[in-house]
Amino acid sequence: MPNVLVIAELFEGKVRKGSLSAITFAREAAAIVGGGFDLLVLGPGAKAAAPSLAKYGAGKVLAGEAGEYVAEAYAPLVAKNAAGYAVVCATATAMGKDLMPRVAEHLKAGMASDVVKVANQGGLVLVRPMYAGNVLAHVKVKTPVAVVTVRQAEFEAAAETGGASPVADAAASPAEAAAARVAVAGFEKVVSARPELTDARVIVSGGRGLKSGDNFKIIEQLADLLHGAVGATRAAVDAGFVPNDLQVGQTGKIVAPQLYIAVGLSGALQHLAGMKGSKVIVAINKDPEAPIFTVADYGLVADLFQAVPALVTELKKVVA
Amino acid sequence: MKILVPLKRVADPDNANKVKIASDGSKVTSEGLEWKLNPFDEYAVEAALRITENAATNARLGEVVVVSLGPAEAKQQVTQALAMGADRGMLVEAADEALDASVVVDVLEKVVAEEKPDLILAGKQVVDGDSNQVAQMLAQRLGWPQATFAAKIETDAGLKTALVVREVDGGVSKLKLTFPAVISVDLRIVAPEGVKNGNTPAEKKYNDGPRYPSLKGIMQAKKKPLALKKPGDFGVTPNPRLEVLKFEPPPARKAGVKVPDVETLVAKLKNEARVI
Ligand SMILES: Cc1cc2nc3c(=O)[nH]c(=O)nc-3n(C[C@H](O)[C@H](O)[C@H](O)COP(=O)(O)OP(=O)(O)OC[C@H]3O[C@@H](n4cnc5c(N)ncnc54)[C@H](O)[C@@H]3O)c2cc1C
Ligand SMILES: Nc1ncnc2c1ncn2[C@@H]1O[C@H](COP(=O)(O)O)[C@@H](O)[C@H]1O
Repeated sequence: MPNVLVIAELFEGKVRKGSLSAITFAREAAAIVGGGFDLLVLGPGAKAAAPSLAKYGAGKVLAGEAGEYVAEAYAPLVAKNAAGYAVVCATATAMGKDLMPRVAEHLKAGMASDVVKVANQGGLVLVRPMYAGNVLAHVKVKTPVAVVTVRQAEFEAAAETGGASPVADAAASPAEAAAARVAVAGFEKVVSARPELTDARVIVSGGRGLKSGDNFKIIEQLADLLHGAVGATRAAVDAGFVPNDLQVGQTGKIVAPQLYIAVGLSGALQHLAGMKGSKVIVAINKDPEAPIFTVADYGLVADLFQAVPALVTELKKVVA
Repeated sequence: MKILVPLKRVADPDNANKVKIASDGSKVTSEGLEWKLNPFDEYAVEAALRITENAATNARLGEVVVVSLGPAEAKQQVTQALAMGADRGMLVEAADEALDASVVVDVLEKVVAEEKPDLILAGKQVVDGDSNQVAQMLAQRLGWPQATFAAKIETDAGLKTALVVREVDGGVSKLKLTFPAVISVDLRIVAPEGVKNGNTPAEKKYNDGPRYPSLKGIMQAKKKPLALKKPGDFGVTPNPRLEVLKFEPPPARKAGVKVPDVETLVAKLKNEARVI
């Protein structure tokens, strides 16, 4: 029976929430190709993390202890364990994007990046955005194996289904020469008390209109009040107001929170590409012609330096 | 040292919302839009030039070869890279529709066999296809190490290794690569201190962004070698691994209402949208 293999990602020994979106994709894809899905988790602490993955209805969970992630070492491992599967997928995180094309080449497989939807048309059809989200392409993979990265914002995190999938050891694979020519030279963790952008229920994003990194404090106040994450435009990142990992957009993070509050940003198409899937969009901008208003459910034409503090005061009356 | 930069032309990315989808969904056209060098590839050219120069003495420390797969008209974008300062160009003529990442890699593999570069510097993604696959697939095909989404590159003075800084989920990762290797570049690589090569004085700050071709550069570009090839010259018959069944527009999002003040906004968020 054709099956789907999901690569689950670990961060500090725990399964990343983003991986649960790939499980949702796998359930949908498995229904179309006519099989089930299995999970593969690799890395330091993989065996300890495996039981937490056993609750999602997978046929089995394959766990393999491995060194710190580098694509050169993980791609052969994934390829080895992917033998016989029809679809191999992971969420399009930084790691998923780095790893999966290498896996695809290993398997001589076609790959669809950043898939947002599946369809059944005499087989599995993968729908993926192009041109900064202005075009959706329906693609079929012609090779026996299809490799897929899944857009987290478009597939809900899978819920546990109960039961316990059997856990087995992942197959090992000999090291390839490329791995000897790459070494991890460090990782500086960004520490933040706020939720990750891709997991947040509420996001408050600021743009060039904030005028300085210091002024981002008013964005942070609003975000904290709503237990949300802080986002930014590329212009704000380029100007050095905030670090790059806060960038939302075509070439930053793709997000779809319940509530997205866009402050002092114009709504360039590259930014819209990263947030227009949000459930409710609020825009605060002093220019009534700003393109952000074309996608906003609620638009407020105002100076942000007055409107945001006023909004914080007003919100304090209604949220605990 | 030799750096190979693969590059592609794209329809003006700042007007990507103006591309048109044929009514039968068979193709996407960009009539009326200007063709541009894919921004990330322009950044890759800039990074390659910074690695292969001593910016204090203007001495060249290596060669930059650019290669594009695309229609005959893409010669213009190859020439643009030559005008920026790349040494040689190659255009492998192929219809964009006949290309996917695997076909690009099929051809680039053969170009690499001929050119034997020490480093391949690609863009992190082409902003029309938004695939983000070619650099990683090529690295695997060649059996080379990779560093994707480079925000900073620091080579040793002998140009044999690179320390690559990458902004990834949850933090900043650093990889040390021994050439030959593949690096794909992100936006920040063209920041004033995005590239260091151990030859240009460490305190050198570049202008932000990729360099503009100078008038002299534009004149010189006309005389630089630009090889015109076909996939068949490399023994490659384009055979994409993906088939596009159709293109369609994304669901449109309607504009909502303007609210007069924050009180109304909060009331609507609470009672109408129910998100707070
Ligand atoms: C290849 C490529 C990829 C890109 N990828 C991304 C991406 O992923 N994400 C992204 O965001 N951008 C991306 N961009 C950049 C994008 O094109 C825009 O330049 C950018 O989004 C603009 O940022 P901004 O809205 O903050 O700035 P601006 O466009 O300058 O807008 C600032 C806004 O603030 C408003 N404003 C100013 N002062 C106030 C005030 N006091 N009160 C209220 N409003 C005020 C102004 O009216 C204006 O609308 C990309 C560009 C390229 C070429
Ligand atoms: N047709 C092409 N010709 C030359 N290089 C390409 C082509 N397509 C992609 N590339 C290179 O591969 C990178 C990633 O592209 P992609 O994987 O298609 O998003 C680009 O930034 C280019 O450096």
